[in-house]
Amino acid sequence: MTDIGYVRGELVAPKSPPHSTVGPVAWVQKNLFSTPLDTVLTILGLLFLYWAVPPIFNFAIGHAVGPYGTVEECRAIEAGACWAYIAAEMEFFIYGFYDIPEQWRPNIVFALGTLLLVPLLMPKVPFKRANAILFLFVFPIVSYFLLAGGVFGLKPMPTEKWGGLLVTLIISVVGITLSFPLGIILALGRQSKLPVIKTLCVAFIELVRAVPLITVLFMASIMLPLFMPQGTSVDKLLRALVGVTLFTSAYMAEVVRGGLQAIPRGQYEAGASLGLGYWQRMYFIILPQALKHVIPGIVNNFISLFKDTSLVYIVGMKDLLEAVKTKNDSALEWKAANSATTGYLFAAMVFWVFCFGMSRYSMYMERRLNTGHKR
Amino acid sequence: MSQVSETTVDRPVDTSHMKVSSTNVAIEVIGMHKWYSDFHVLRDINLKVMEGERIVIAGPSGSGKSTLIRCINRLEEHQEGQIIVSGTELTADLKRIDEVRREVGMVFQHFNLFPHLTILQNLTLAPIWVRGIPKAEAEATAMHYLERVKIPEQANKFPGQLSGGQQQRVAIARSLCMQPKIMLFDEPTSALDPEMVKEVLEVMISLAEEGMTMICVTHEMGFARQVANRVIFMDQGQIIEQNEPEAFFSNPQHERTKLFLSQILH
Repeated sequence: MTDIGYVRGELVAPKSPPHSTVGPVAWVQKNLFSTPLDTVLTILGLLFLYWAVPPIFNFAIGHAVGPYGTVEECRAIEAGACWAYIAAEMEFFIYGFYDIPEQWRPNIVFALGTLLLVPLLMPKVPFKRANAILFLFVFPIVSYFLLAGGVFGLKPMPTEKWGGLLVTLIISVVGITLSFPLGIILALGRQSKLPVIKTLCVAFIELVRAVPLITVLFMASIMLPLFMPQGTSVDKLLRALVGVTLFTSAYMAEVVRGGLQAIPRGQYEAGASLGLGYWQRMYFIILPQALKHVIPGIVNNFISLFKDTSLVYIVGMKDLLEAVKTKNDSALEWKAANSATTGYLFAAMVFWVFCFGMSRYSMYMERRLNTGHKR
Repeated sequence: MSQVSETTVDRPVDTSHMKVSSTNVAIEVIGMHKWYSDFHVLRDINLKVMEGERIVIAGPSGSGKSTLIRCINRLEEHQEGQIIVSGTELTADLKRIDEVRREVGMVFQHFNLFPHLTILQNLTLAPIWVRGIPKAEAEATAMHYLERVKIPEQANKFPGQLSGGQQQRVAIARSLCMQPKIMLFDEPTSALDPEMVKEVLEVMISLAEEGMTMICVTHEMGFARQVANRVIFMDQGQIIEQNEPEAFFSNPQHERTKLFLSQILH
């Protein structure tokens, strides 16, 4: 029996890990060459990069004509981008047919939006409430009057003239800020115990989700005027906004519902037993947790909305992509082998920058909000 | 019945204030029935709890103990009979339900703290938004109760960073911050490691000593002996037997009670 008995005399102090498991060499060994298969995959990956990167680099930079080049240079080269074309048409890509002397108005809107949005997205900046009110309520009104004009001696500027990145951003920002709360309300409605509310929400979600966005945009275009009194016409941009918002809110509702279902019943009960009412329980307890769970899904919807804005060409709006396409097809003075390709590459890059930004921000938010679940 | 333990607290429990002198009825349940669709889960429950009374409900699992106390703050709906809490009858009227819930605190088996809020925020949420108490005052009250449950230093942590026993003490403090007249405990120690049961029972005993009206579903027979005025034994959705703890443990009357006690007391 004495073999089994054991009493530790001294506790083992912690010491640092062996050298072979830390540092860059260990990292390479562990992540790139740990098994024969890993080694093969690493080599294949490097070969792929060797095959793919140089041509892309050469097209975009190496053989390309810079923004200050001329159309003759663009016509002379074969395998290079024509950035001079983008630089020359930049105004159209950003503002569409917006009158050139009036372009300071969208510029103010861009600046104001950035000025209000950036501090709103940064967690530590004070005056969040005032900031949010300014961004959500004051900013849209100011922007509308600035852009549309017709007041304070501003030249009227019908929405038919708006275009390019301006329209893309307006539709995305409005779509995102409206479809998010609408989606939450639809998701809560779908879980409601009141049959009328529940049925309405389910019907809306299932109907809108089951048709393509193009159809929704067409319907918004054709159906909305039918509900209006004879003779009044609904603005094209407004139709697109309504269509995109309703469409995204249906998707949003389902994402949020997923989050709601992940919250244990005990959370609802604890809130109820403290005497909190339905909306208080949802606002303070359930939604903060549920939405945190579904941040990836929500941002997925935002990104997809941002890209789907390019479908508004269906109702005759010229968003960024459509503006590029218009110039590609019509700007004869810039006809060159790679002008159109460069145009699309530019559009893709702009979309990518915004979408990647949203994606990174959502990852940052997830990390930041993780504190509550720290164990 | 592996969860049953006989944890007792090593100090003499001061029962001098614990005599129920009040003649005011805190809770009255009259001929109450409840069904889960076809399943008759509570059958003809009649129960009168006076202010300051401490009641322990025992019984095998599935006997309807938890369902009964969850009916008292309407987390569950009853279909027949009456439940009157502090003079307010529970009906489908949401206003009355909220009225009752404000006066009745509840502690759950799994604590149900809000994981995204700090301990202090957990404690002040309802006082601020339900009672309309100013934030500073609510925080002062919260710190007072955190000191009572002996964890004021955890105020700014998140629930996930606390041990089970600490979380349950926070949950008790959270209920107390609403200054309830009645406290319901739904197996408050069943999800805890044995080492932590005692710290939670300590808090519950000190509450009892102050004359809080308590209904406690628990397997802690030591607690029942030390603190309860009355032990209620339930089986198959019915109250089978109720008595003072001494008589209940030493001289059970019903066959089912005898069997239950013989299985849990060694």
